[in-house]
Amino acid sequence: MRCQQCDKQAMFHITELETGEVREVHLCEDHARSYLNQSEGASQPSESPGPLGVAQTAEELSELDQKVCEMCGITFFEFRNQGRLGCPHDYVQFEQELEPLIANIHGAVEHTGRRPQRAAGSELPESTESLTRVIGLRKGIREAVEQEEYERAGTLRDEINQVLDNWHAEQQTADGTDSSQPSESPSSS
Amino acid sequence: MIKLDSLTNSIGEWLKGTGPESDIVMSSRVRLARNLAQYPFVGRASDQERGEVQQFLRSRLLQLPSRLSLDYVDVGGLGELDRQFLVERQLISREHAEAAGSRGVAIDTHEQLSLMINEEDHLRIQCVHSGLDLESVWRQISAVDDEIETVVPYAFHSRWGYLTACPTNVGTGIRVSVMLHLPALVITRQIDKVFRSLHKISLAVRGLYGEGSQAFGDFYQISNQTTLGKTEQELIAQVADVVPVLIDYERRARDFLVRETEQNIHDQVSRAYGILRTAQTITAEETMQLLSRVRMGVLLGLLDDVDVSDVNLLLVRTQPAHLQKLRGVELDTKDRNIERARFLRNYFETGSAEAN
Repeated sequence: MRCQQCDKQAMFHITELETGEVREVHLCEDHARSYLNQSEGASQPSESPGPLGVAQTAEELSELDQKVCEMCGITFFEFRNQGRLGCPHDYVQFEQELEPLIANIHGAVEHTGRRPQRAAGSELPESTESLTRVIGLRKGIREAVEQEEYERAGTLRDEINQVLDNWHAEQQTADGTDSSQPSESPSSS
Repeated sequence: MIKLDSLTNSIGEWLKGTGPESDIVMSSRVRLARNLAQYPFVGRASDQERGEVQQFLRSRLLQLPSRLSLDYVDVGGLGELDRQFLVERQLISREHAEAAGSRGVAIDTHEQLSLMINEEDHLRIQCVHSGLDLESVWRQISAVDDEIETVVPYAFHSRWGYLTACPTNVGTGIRVSVMLHLPALVITRQIDKVFRSLHKISLAVRGLYGEGSQAFGDFYQISNQTTLGKTEQELIAQVADVVPVLIDYERRARDFLVRETEQNIHDQVSRAYGILRTAQTITAEETMQLLSRVRMGVLLGLLDDVDVSDVNLLLVRTQPAHLQKLRGVELDTKDRNIERARFLRNYFETGSAEAN
Protein backbone atom coordinates (compact mmCIF):
# COMPACT_ATOMS: atom_id res chain seq x y z
CA MET A 1 0.00 0.00 0.00
CA ARG A 2 1.27 3.48 -0.93
CA CYS A 3 1.41 6.45 1.40
CA GLN A 4 -1.55 8.76 0.92
CA GLN A 5 0.74 11.76 0.56
CA CYS A 6 3.62 10.47 -1.56
CA ASP A 7 4.81 7.45 -3.54
CA LYS A 8 6.54 5.68 -0.70
CA GLN A 9 5.42 2.49 0.97
CA ALA A 10 2.88 3.17 3.71
CA MET A 11 4.43 1.99 6.97
CA PHE A 12 1.90 3.42 9.39
CA HIS A 13 -1.72 2.45 9.42
CA ILE A 14 -3.36 4.77 11.82
CA THR A 15 -6.91 4.41 12.95
CA GLU A 16 -8.40 7.69 14.14
CA LEU A 17 -11.38 7.63 16.47
CA GLU A 18 -13.10 10.99 16.37
CA THR A 19 -16.42 11.43 18.13
CA GLY A 20 -17.66 8.00 17.18
CA GLU A 21 -16.26 8.18 13.66
CA VAL A 22 -13.55 5.78 12.56
CA ARG A 23 -11.06 6.94 9.93
CA GLU A 24 -8.05 5.09 8.59
CA VAL A 25 -4.88 6.84 7.50
CA HIS A 26 -2.03 5.10 5.65
CA LEU A 27 1.28 6.94 5.62
CA CYS A 28 4.99 6.49 5.07
CA GLU A 29 7.30 7.00 7.99
CA ASP A 30 8.03 10.68 7.30
CA HIS A 31 4.47 11.72 6.64
CA ALA A 32 3.26 9.73 9.62
CA ARG A 33 5.73 11.58 11.79
CA SER A 34 4.53 14.98 10.71
CA TYR A 35 0.94 13.75 10.84
CA LEU A 36 1.31 12.56 14.41
CA ASN A 37 3.15 15.72 15.41
CA GLN A 38 0.34 17.79 13.92
CA SER A 39 -2.45 15.86 15.58
CA GLU A 40 -0.75 16.32 18.93
CA GLY A 41 -1.58 20.00 18.77
CA ALA A 42 -4.82 19.57 16.89
CA SER A 43 -6.86 20.41 19.94
CA GLN A 44 -5.80 24.05 19.68
CA PRO A 45 -6.76 24.71 16.08
CA SER A 46 -6.48 28.51 15.81
CA GLU A 47 -2.76 28.90 15.16
CA SER A 48 -2.15 25.88 12.97
CA PRO A 49 1.33 26.21 11.53
CA GLY A 50 2.01 25.93 7.80
CA PRO A 51 3.99 23.06 6.39
CA LEU A 52 7.14 24.67 7.74
CA GLY A 53 5.78 25.30 11.16
CA VAL A 54 5.56 29.06 10.64
CA ALA A 55 2.71 31.19 9.43
CA GLN A 56 3.51 32.18 5.87
CA THR A 57 1.83 34.09 3.13
CA ALA A 58 1.97 32.76 -0.40
CA GLU A 59 4.38 35.56 -1.32
CA GLU A 60 6.75 34.86 1.52
CA LEU A 61 6.66 31.22 0.64
CA SER A 62 7.47 31.71 -3.02
CA GLU A 63 10.31 34.08 -2.15
CA LEU A 64 11.66 31.47 0.23
CA ASP A 65 11.35 28.78 -2.41
CA GLN A 66 13.78 30.66 -4.68
CA LYS A 67 16.66 30.36 -2.23
CA VAL A 68 19.51 28.31 -3.62
CA CYS A 69 22.34 26.45 -1.90
CA GLU A 70 25.69 27.82 -3.06
CA MET A 71 27.28 24.39 -2.91
CA CYS A 72 24.89 21.82 -4.37
CA GLY A 73 22.50 24.21 -6.14
CA ILE A 74 19.30 22.81 -4.62
CA THR A 75 16.46 25.32 -4.21
CA PHE A 76 14.39 25.45 -1.09
CA PHE A 77 11.42 24.61 -3.31
CA GLU A 78 13.05 21.36 -4.42
CA PHE A 79 13.75 20.48 -0.82
CA ARG A 80 10.14 21.13 0.15
CA ASN A 81 8.95 18.88 -2.67
CA GLN A 82 11.30 15.98 -2.02
CA GLY A 83 11.69 16.27 1.74
CA ARG A 84 15.40 15.58 1.29
CA LEU A 85 18.21 18.09 1.44
CA GLY A 86 20.92 18.30 -1.21
CA CYS A 87 24.15 18.54 0.77
CA PRO A 88 25.54 19.25 4.26
CA HIS A 89 25.83 22.96 3.47
CA ASP A 90 22.03 23.25 3.21
CA TYR A 91 21.91 23.22 7.01
CA VAL A 92 23.99 26.42 6.96
CA GLN A 93 22.46 28.02 3.87
CA PHE A 94 18.86 27.40 4.93
CA GLU A 95 19.48 27.55 8.66
CA GLN A 96 16.76 30.13 9.34
CA GLU A 97 14.21 28.38 7.16
CA LEU A 98 14.98 24.95 8.57
CA GLU A 99 14.88 26.01 12.19
CA PRO A 100 11.08 26.06 12.63
CA LEU A 101 10.77 22.83 10.66
CA ILE A 102 13.36 21.07 12.80
CA ALA A 103 11.81 22.45 15.98
CA ASN A 104 8.50 21.02 14.81
CA ILE A 105 9.95 17.58 14.13
CA HIS A 106 12.23 17.20 17.14
CA GLY A 107 10.99 19.71 19.67
CA ALA A 108 14.59 20.95 19.90
CA VAL A 109 17.06 23.00 17.88
CA GLU A 110 20.41 22.06 19.38
CA HIS A 111 22.43 18.86 19.15
CA THR A 112 23.49 17.57 22.56
CA GLY A 113 24.75 14.13 21.60
CA ARG A 114 28.14 12.83 20.59
CA ARG A 115 30.68 14.95 18.74
CA PRO A 116 33.49 13.89 16.45
CA GLN A 117 36.21 12.30 18.54
CA ARG A 118 39.62 13.71 17.89
CA ALA A 119 42.74 12.73 19.73
CA ALA A 120 43.28 14.58 22.98
CA GLY A 121 44.82 18.01 22.64
CA SER A 122 43.76 18.70 19.08
CA GLU A 123 41.20 21.35 18.33
CA LEU A 124 37.72 20.08 17.69
CA PRO A 125 36.57 21.62 14.42
CA GLU A 126 33.44 23.75 14.71
CA SER A 127 32.04 21.88 11.75
CA THR A 128 33.10 20.14 8.58
CA GLU A 129 31.99 23.16 6.51
CA SER A 130 35.47 23.72 5.08
CA LEU A 131 35.40 20.26 3.56
CA THR A 132 31.86 20.73 2.28
CA ARG A 133 33.15 23.66 0.14
CA VAL A 134 34.52 20.95 -2.15
CA ILE A 135 30.97 20.25 -3.34
CA GLY A 136 30.67 23.82 -4.66
CA LEU A 137 34.14 23.71 -6.18
CA ARG A 138 33.30 20.51 -8.09
CA LYS A 139 30.18 22.18 -9.41
CA GLY A 140 32.40 25.10 -10.45
CA ILE A 141 34.66 22.75 -12.38
CA ARG A 142 31.76 21.21 -14.24
CA GLU A 143 30.55 24.67 -15.23
CA ALA A 144 34.05 25.83 -16.22
CA VAL A 145 34.56 22.75 -18.39
CA GLU A 146 31.19 23.34 -20.05
CA GLN A 147 32.30 26.87 -20.93
CA GLU A 148 35.69 25.58 -22.02
CA GLU A 149 37.46 27.62 -19.34
CA TYR A 150 40.05 24.98 -18.66
CA GLU A 151 42.39 27.24 -16.77
CA ARG A 152 39.70 28.10 -14.24
CA ALA A 153 38.84 24.41 -13.94
CA GLY A 154 42.49 23.69 -13.15
CA THR A 155 42.62 26.36 -10.46
CA LEU A 156 39.47 24.97 -8.87
CA ARG A 157 40.94 21.47 -9.01
CA ASP A 158 44.02 22.71 -7.14
CA GLU A 159 41.79 24.35 -4.59
CA ILE A 160 39.90 21.07 -4.01
CA ASN A 161 43.13 19.20 -3.51
CA GLN A 162 44.27 21.88 -1.08
CA VAL A 163 41.08 21.49 0.99
CA LEU A 164 41.31 17.70 1.00
CA ASP A 165 45.02 17.81 1.86
CA ASN A 166 44.34 20.17 4.75
CA TRP A 167 41.69 17.88 6.12
CA HIS A 168 43.98 14.95 5.72
CA ALA A 169 46.90 16.68 7.43
CA GLU A 170 44.61 17.68 10.30
CA GLN A 171 43.46 14.10 10.55
CA GLN A 172 47.00 12.83 10.78
CA THR A 173 48.11 15.27 13.45
CA ALA A 174 44.93 14.45 15.31
CA ASP A 175 45.32 10.72 15.54
CA GLY A 176 48.91 10.18 14.46
CA THR A 177 47.97 7.57 11.90
CA ASP A 178 49.03 7.53 8.31
CA SER A 179 46.13 6.65 6.13
CA SER A 180 47.39 8.12 2.91
CA GLN A 181 44.58 9.51 0.87
CA PRO A 182 44.91 10.18 -2.82
CA SER A 183 43.98 13.70 -3.79
CA GLU A 184 41.36 14.22 -6.45
CA SER A 185 42.47 13.26 -9.91
CA PRO A 186 41.41 15.39 -12.87
CA SER A 187 39.52 12.39 -14.26
CA SER A 188 37.07 12.42 -11.40
CA SER A 189 35.29 15.59 -12.36
CA MET B 1 32.63 -11.15 -2.12
CA ILE B 2 30.39 -12.78 0.42
CA LYS B 3 28.75 -16.09 -0.38
CA LEU B 4 25.09 -15.27 -0.04
CA ASP B 5 24.28 -18.96 -0.28
CA SER B 6 26.19 -19.68 2.90
CA LEU B 7 23.84 -17.31 4.71
CA THR B 8 20.88 -19.41 3.58
CA ASN B 9 21.89 -22.12 6.01
CA SER B 10 22.43 -19.86 9.00
CA ILE B 11 19.63 -18.22 10.89
CA GLY B 12 20.89 -14.68 11.34
CA GLU B 13 21.26 -12.75 14.54
CA TRP B 14 17.76 -11.36 14.92
CA LEU B 15 16.04 -14.73 14.79
CA LYS B 16 18.46 -16.67 16.95
CA GLY B 17 15.91 -16.46 19.72
CA THR B 18 18.48 -16.09 22.47
CA GLY B 19 19.34 -13.27 24.86
CA PRO B 20 17.41 -11.67 27.71
CA GLU B 21 13.59 -11.78 27.56
CA SER B 22 13.71 -13.67 24.27
CA ASP B 23 10.26 -15.17 24.84
CA ILE B 24 8.92 -11.72 23.92
CA VAL B 25 11.82 -9.60 22.66
CA MET B 26 13.10 -10.87 19.32
CA SER B 27 15.91 -8.37 18.80
CA SER B 28 17.46 -5.04 19.76
CA ARG B 29 18.78 -2.77 17.07
CA VAL B 30 20.53 0.59 16.73
CA ARG B 31 21.27 2.38 13.47
CA LEU B 32 23.28 5.53 12.84
CA ALA B 33 22.91 7.78 9.78
CA ARG B 34 26.15 9.38 8.59
CA ASN B 35 27.27 11.37 5.55
CA LEU B 36 30.56 12.39 4.01
CA ALA B 37 31.23 16.12 4.31
CA GLN B 38 32.72 16.43 0.83
CA TYR B 39 29.87 15.02 -1.27
CA PRO B 40 26.24 15.97 -1.92
CA PHE B 41 23.70 13.70 -0.23
CA VAL B 42 22.83 10.52 -2.16
CA GLY B 43 19.61 11.88 -3.67
CA ARG B 44 21.43 14.82 -5.24
CA ALA B 45 24.73 13.17 -6.14
CA SER B 46 25.60 12.46 -9.78
CA ASP B 47 26.22 8.85 -10.83
CA GLN B 48 29.93 9.67 -10.80
CA GLU B 49 29.76 11.08 -7.27
CA ARG B 50 27.76 8.10 -6.03
CA GLY B 51 30.38 5.81 -7.48
CA GLU B 52 33.13 7.80 -5.74
CA VAL B 53 31.28 7.69 -2.42
CA GLN B 54 30.88 3.94 -2.70
CA GLN B 55 34.55 3.47 -3.53
CA PHE B 56 35.72 5.83 -0.81
CA LEU B 57 33.64 4.21 1.93
CA ARG B 58 34.15 0.66 0.75
CA SER B 59 37.94 0.93 0.80
CA ARG B 60 37.95 2.51 4.25
CA LEU B 61 35.45 0.10 5.81
CA LEU B 62 37.40 -2.89 4.58
CA GLN B 63 40.66 -1.55 6.06
CA LEU B 64 39.64 -0.38 9.49
CA PRO B 65 42.46 -0.47 12.03
CA SER B 66 40.64 -3.06 14.16
CA ARG B 67 40.49 -5.39 11.14
CA LEU B 68 36.79 -5.82 11.64
CA SER B 69 35.91 -8.79 9.51
CA LEU B 70 33.44 -7.45 6.97
CA ASP B 71 32.25 -8.84 3.66
CA TYR B 72 31.22 -6.39 1.02
CA VAL B 73 28.22 -6.94 -1.23
CA ASP B 74 27.69 -4.78 -4.31
CA VAL B 75 23.93 -4.46 -3.97
CA GLY B 76 23.61 -2.68 -7.33
CA GLY B 77 25.11 -5.74 -9.02
CA LEU B 78 22.76 -8.27 -7.39
CA GLY B 79 19.68 -9.80 -8.95
CA GLU B 80 16.25 -9.15 -7.49
CA LEU B 81 16.12 -12.44 -5.59
CA ASP B 82 19.40 -11.84 -3.78
CA ARG B 83 18.39 -8.30 -2.88
CA GLN B 84 15.07 -9.56 -1.51
CA PHE B 85 16.99 -12.20 0.42
CA LEU B 86 19.06 -9.51 2.17
CA VAL B 87 15.86 -7.62 3.03
CA GLU B 88 14.32 -10.74 4.58
CA ARG B 89 17.43 -11.14 6.71
CA GLN B 90 17.09 -7.48 7.71
CA LEU B 91 20.60 -6.72 6.49
CA ILE B 92 19.41 -4.05 4.08
CA SER B 93 16.27 -1.94 3.92
CA ARG B 94 13.57 -2.44 1.32
CA GLU B 95 14.42 1.02 -0.05
CA HIS B 96 18.06 0.02 -0.46
CA ALA B 97 17.03 -3.13 -2.32
CA GLU B 98 14.72 -1.25 -4.66
CA ALA B 99 16.87 1.84 -5.34
CA ALA B 100 19.01 2.36 -8.44
CA GLY B 101 22.68 3.26 -8.88
CA SER B 102 25.92 2.46 -7.04
CA ARG B 103 25.21 1.07 -3.62
CA GLY B 104 26.38 -1.69 -1.36
CA VAL B 105 26.45 -3.20 2.08
CA ALA B 106 29.23 -4.47 4.32
CA ILE B 107 28.20 -7.30 6.64
CA ASP B 108 30.13 -8.88 9.49
CA THR B 109 30.35 -12.65 9.80
CA HIS B 110 27.92 -12.82 12.72
CA GLU B 111 25.35 -10.74 10.84
CA GLN B 112 25.22 -8.34 13.77
CA LEU B 113 26.65 -5.39 11.87
CA SER B 114 25.55 -4.17 8.49
CA LEU B 115 26.79 -0.97 6.90
CA MET B 116 24.73 0.26 3.97
CA ILE B 117 26.45 2.57 1.52
CA ASN B 118 24.38 5.03 -0.55
CA GLU B 119 21.04 4.33 1.04
CA GLU B 120 19.24 7.60 1.85
CA ASP B 121 22.47 8.68 3.56
CA HIS B 122 26.00 7.86 2.44
CA LEU B 123 26.45 5.49 5.34
CA ARG B 124 23.90 3.73 7.53
CA ILE B 125 25.46 1.63 10.26
CA GLN B 126 23.21 -0.94 11.88
CA CYS B 127 23.87 -3.31 14.77
CA VAL B 128 21.44 -6.04 15.90
CA HIS B 129 21.57 -8.44 18.83
CA SER B 130 19.11 -11.16 19.82
CA GLY B 131 16.84 -10.48 22.77
CA LEU B 132 16.73 -7.31 24.86
CA ASP B 133 20.29 -6.06 24.80
CA LEU B 134 20.36 -2.38 23.82
CA GLU B 135 23.30 -1.49 26.03
CA SER B 136 25.68 -3.92 24.41
CA VAL B 137 24.35 -3.05 20.95
CA TRP B 138 25.18 0.57 21.69
CA ARG B 139 28.67 -0.27 22.94
CA GLN B 140 29.39 -2.22 19.78
CA ILE B 141 27.99 0.28 17.30
CA SER B 142 29.51 3.35 18.92
CA ALA B 143 32.94 1.71 18.88
CA VAL B 144 32.54 0.98 15.16
CA ASP B 145 31.29 4.51 14.51
CA ASP B 146 34.26 6.01 16.38
CA GLU B 147 36.65 3.91 14.42
CA ILE B 148 35.16 4.86 11.06
CA GLU B 149 35.27 8.49 12.11
CA THR B 150 39.06 8.36 12.40
CA VAL B 151 39.30 7.68 8.66
CA VAL B 152 36.11 9.21 7.23
CA PRO B 153 35.12 12.90 7.44
CA TYR B 154 31.51 12.77 8.65
CA ALA B 155 29.47 15.88 7.90
CA PHE B 156 29.01 17.57 11.26
CA HIS B 157 27.74 20.97 12.41
CA SER B 158 28.25 22.26 15.92
CA ARG B 159 24.61 23.22 16.32
CA TRP B 160 22.83 20.59 14.21
CA GLY B 161 25.11 17.64 14.95
CA TYR B 162 25.52 14.89 12.34
CA LEU B 163 24.00 16.13 9.11
CA THR B 164 21.55 13.88 7.27
CA ALA B 165 19.66 14.03 4.00
CA CYS B 166 16.36 14.17 5.85
CA PRO B 167 15.96 16.65 8.72
CA THR B 168 14.05 13.96 10.64
CA ASN B 169 17.37 12.18 11.31
CA VAL B 170 19.62 15.15 12.01
CA GLY B 171 21.59 15.45 15.25
CA THR B 172 22.43 12.03 16.59
CA GLY B 173 21.24 10.22 13.44
CA ILE B 174 20.20 7.42 15.74
CA ARG B 175 17.26 5.07 15.50
CA VAL B 176 16.87 2.67 18.39
CA SER B 177 14.42 -0.17 17.92
CA VAL B 178 13.28 -3.27 19.71
CA MET B 179 11.29 -5.98 17.98
CA LEU B 180 8.63 -7.62 20.12
CA HIS B 181 6.38 -10.61 19.66
CA LEU B 182 3.02 -9.60 21.14
CA PRO B 183 0.44 -12.25 20.17
CA ALA B 184 -1.49 -12.20 23.45
CA LEU B 185 -1.98 -8.43 23.28
CA VAL B 186 -3.30 -8.88 19.74
CA ILE B 187 -5.69 -11.70 20.71
CA THR B 188 -7.01 -9.79 23.72
CA ARG B 189 -7.43 -6.66 21.53
CA GLN B 190 -5.29 -4.47 23.73
CA ILE B 191 -2.65 -3.77 21.13
CA ASP B 192 -4.18 -0.57 19.70
CA LYS B 193 -4.47 0.92 23.15
CA VAL B 194 -0.80 0.15 23.76
CA PHE B 195 0.21 1.78 20.47
CA ARG B 196 -1.77 4.92 21.14
CA SER B 197 0.01 5.37 24.42
CA LEU B 198 3.37 4.82 22.71
CA HIS B 199 2.61 7.51 20.13
CA LYS B 200 1.87 9.90 22.96
CA ILE B 201 5.39 9.52 24.27
CA SER B 202 6.65 9.98 20.68
CA LEU B 203 7.68 6.43 19.96
CA ALA B 204 6.95 4.88 16.59
CA VAL B 205 5.51 1.42 16.06
CA ARG B 206 5.67 -0.62 12.90
CA GLY B 207 5.26 -4.20 11.82
CA LEU B 208 7.87 -6.61 10.66
CA TYR B 209 8.24 -6.51 6.85
CA GLY B 210 5.28 -4.13 6.87
CA GLU B 211 4.55 -5.03 3.27
CA GLY B 212 1.61 -2.75 2.71
CA SER B 213 -0.55 -4.46 5.28
CA GLN B 214 -0.78 -4.61 9.04
CA ALA B 215 2.05 -6.20 10.99
CA PHE B 216 2.54 -9.84 10.10
CA GLY B 217 2.55 -12.46 12.75
CA ASP B 218 2.19 -10.10 15.70
CA PHE B 219 5.78 -8.85 15.42
CA TYR B 220 6.17 -5.15 16.17
CA GLN B 221 9.08 -2.74 16.19
CA ILE B 222 9.14 0.08 18.73
CA SER B 223 11.53 2.94 17.94
CA ASN B 224 12.36 6.54 18.76
CA GLN B 225 10.99 9.26 16.47
CA THR B 226 13.22 12.20 17.28
CA THR B 227 16.99 12.40 16.94
CA LEU B 228 17.88 15.95 18.00
CA GLY B 229 18.10 17.62 21.40
CA LYS B 230 18.69 14.45 23.39
CA THR B 231 21.85 12.43 23.79
CA GLU B 232 22.17 8.97 22.32
CA GLN B 233 21.88 7.49 25.82
CA GLU B 234 18.69 9.43 26.49
CA LEU B 235 17.17 8.27 23.21
CA ILE B 236 18.13 4.67 23.97
CA ALA B 237 16.57 4.99 27.42
CA GLN B 238 13.38 6.37 25.87
CA VAL B 239 12.90 3.03 24.09
CA ALA B 240 14.51 0.81 26.72
CA ASP B 241 12.33 2.18 29.53
CA VAL B 242 9.09 1.29 27.84
CA VAL B 243 10.05 -2.27 26.87
CA PRO B 244 9.73 -3.82 30.37
CA VAL B 245 6.24 -2.33 30.58
CA LEU B 246 5.25 -3.93 27.28
CA ILE B 247 6.80 -7.24 28.33
CA ASP B 248 4.78 -7.11 31.52
CA TYR B 249 1.52 -6.39 29.60
CA GLU B 250 2.18 -9.23 27.18
CA ARG B 251 3.01 -11.68 29.99
CA ARG B 252 -0.14 -10.73 31.84
CA ALA B 253 -2.20 -11.14 28.67
CA ARG B 254 -0.63 -14.58 28.10
CA ASP B 255 -1.42 -15.57 31.70
CA PHE B 256 -4.95 -14.36 31.26
CA LEU B 257 -5.43 -16.44 28.12
CA VAL B 258 -4.16 -19.57 29.82
CA ARG B 259 -6.12 -18.96 33.01
CA GLU B 260 -9.44 -17.80 31.58
CA THR B 261 -9.63 -19.40 28.15
CA GLU B 262 -7.33 -22.33 28.35
CA GLN B 263 -9.33 -24.65 26.13
CA ASN B 264 -9.87 -21.92 23.63
CA ILE B 265 -6.23 -20.86 23.36
CA HIS B 266 -5.05 -24.46 23.34
CA ASP B 267 -7.45 -25.09 20.48
CA GLN B 268 -6.23 -22.06 18.51
CA VAL B 269 -2.61 -23.01 18.92
CA SER B 270 -3.23 -26.66 18.02
CA ARG B 271 -5.21 -25.71 14.94
CA ALA B 272 -2.42 -23.38 13.81
CA TYR B 273 0.07 -26.21 14.25
CA GLY B 274 -2.24 -28.59 12.43
CA ILE B 275 -2.53 -26.34 9.38
CA LEU B 276 1.23 -25.82 9.21
CA ARG B 277 1.80 -29.58 9.28
CA THR B 278 -0.80 -30.51 6.69
CA ALA B 279 -1.48 -27.61 4.31
CA GLN B 280 -0.91 -28.22 0.60
CA THR B 281 -0.49 -24.56 -0.32
CA ILE B 282 0.10 -21.63 2.00
CA THR B 283 1.03 -17.94 1.67
CA ALA B 284 3.92 -16.25 3.50
CA GLU B 285 1.43 -14.11 5.44
CA GLU B 286 -0.62 -17.04 6.68
CA THR B 287 2.54 -18.93 7.58
CA MET B 288 3.78 -16.02 9.67
CA GLN B 289 0.44 -15.68 11.39
CA LEU B 290 0.27 -19.39 12.24
CA LEU B 291 3.92 -19.57 13.30
CA SER B 292 3.25 -16.66 15.63
CA ARG B 293 0.44 -18.65 17.30
CA VAL B 294 2.59 -21.77 17.50
CA ARG B 295 5.47 -19.78 18.98
CA MET B 296 3.21 -18.52 21.73
CA GLY B 297 1.82 -22.03 22.29
CA VAL B 298 5.29 -23.47 22.71
CA LEU B 299 6.22 -20.76 25.20
CA LEU B 300 3.03 -21.38 27.15
CA GLY B 301 3.76 -25.10 27.30
CA LEU B 302 0.73 -26.00 25.18
CA LEU B 303 2.77 -27.72 22.48
CA ASP B 304 5.59 -29.95 23.53
CA ASP B 305 6.91 -31.46 20.32
CA VAL B 306 8.16 -28.17 18.82
CA ASP B 307 11.01 -25.96 19.95
CA VAL B 308 11.02 -22.15 19.85
CA SER B 309 14.21 -22.26 17.80
CA ASP B 310 12.36 -24.31 15.14
CA VAL B 311 9.69 -21.64 14.91
CA ASN B 312 12.27 -18.86 14.63
CA LEU B 313 14.08 -20.73 11.90
CA LEU B 314 10.86 -21.34 9.98
CA LEU B 315 9.89 -17.67 10.25
CA VAL B 316 12.84 -16.71 8.05
CA ARG B 317 13.13 -19.81 5.85
CA THR B 318 9.53 -19.63 4.67
CA GLN B 319 10.01 -16.07 3.38
CA PRO B 320 9.77 -15.88 -0.43
CA ALA B 321 13.43 -15.27 -1.30
CA HIS B 322 14.73 -17.75 1.29
CA LEU B 323 12.41 -20.43 0.01
CA GLN B 324 13.54 -19.90 -3.55
CA LYS B 325 17.21 -19.86 -2.61
CA LEU B 326 16.81 -23.07 -0.63
CA ARG B 327 15.17 -24.67 -3.64
CA GLY B 328 17.67 -23.16 -6.03
CA VAL B 329 15.01 -22.04 -8.49
CA GLU B 330 12.88 -18.97 -9.01
CA LEU B 331 9.21 -19.69 -8.43
CA ASP B 332 6.07 -17.68 -9.03
CA THR B 333 3.69 -16.96 -6.16
CA LYS B 334 1.48 -19.98 -6.78
CA ASP B 335 4.39 -22.41 -6.91
CA ARG B 336 5.99 -20.74 -3.91
CA ASN B 337 2.87 -21.40 -1.86
CA ILE B 338 2.91 -25.07 -2.82
CA GLU B 339 6.63 -25.30 -2.16
CA ARG B 340 6.27 -23.54 1.20
CA ALA B 341 3.57 -26.00 2.31
CA ARG B 342 5.76 -28.93 1.24
CA PHE B 343 8.74 -27.46 3.09
CA LEU B 344 6.68 -27.09 6.29
CA ARG B 345 5.22 -30.59 6.09
CA ASN B 346 8.65 -32.12 5.63
CA TYR B 347 10.13 -30.02 8.39
CA PHE B 348 7.57 -31.10 10.94
CA GLU B 349 7.67 -34.71 9.82
CA THR B 350 11.41 -35.14 10.04
CA GLY B 351 12.21 -32.44 12.55
CA SER B 352 14.81 -30.75 10.36
CA ALA B 353 15.15 -28.53 7.34
CA GLU B 354 18.02 -30.59 5.96
CA ALA B 355 15.77 -33.50 5.04
CA ASN B 356 13.92 -31.34 2.55
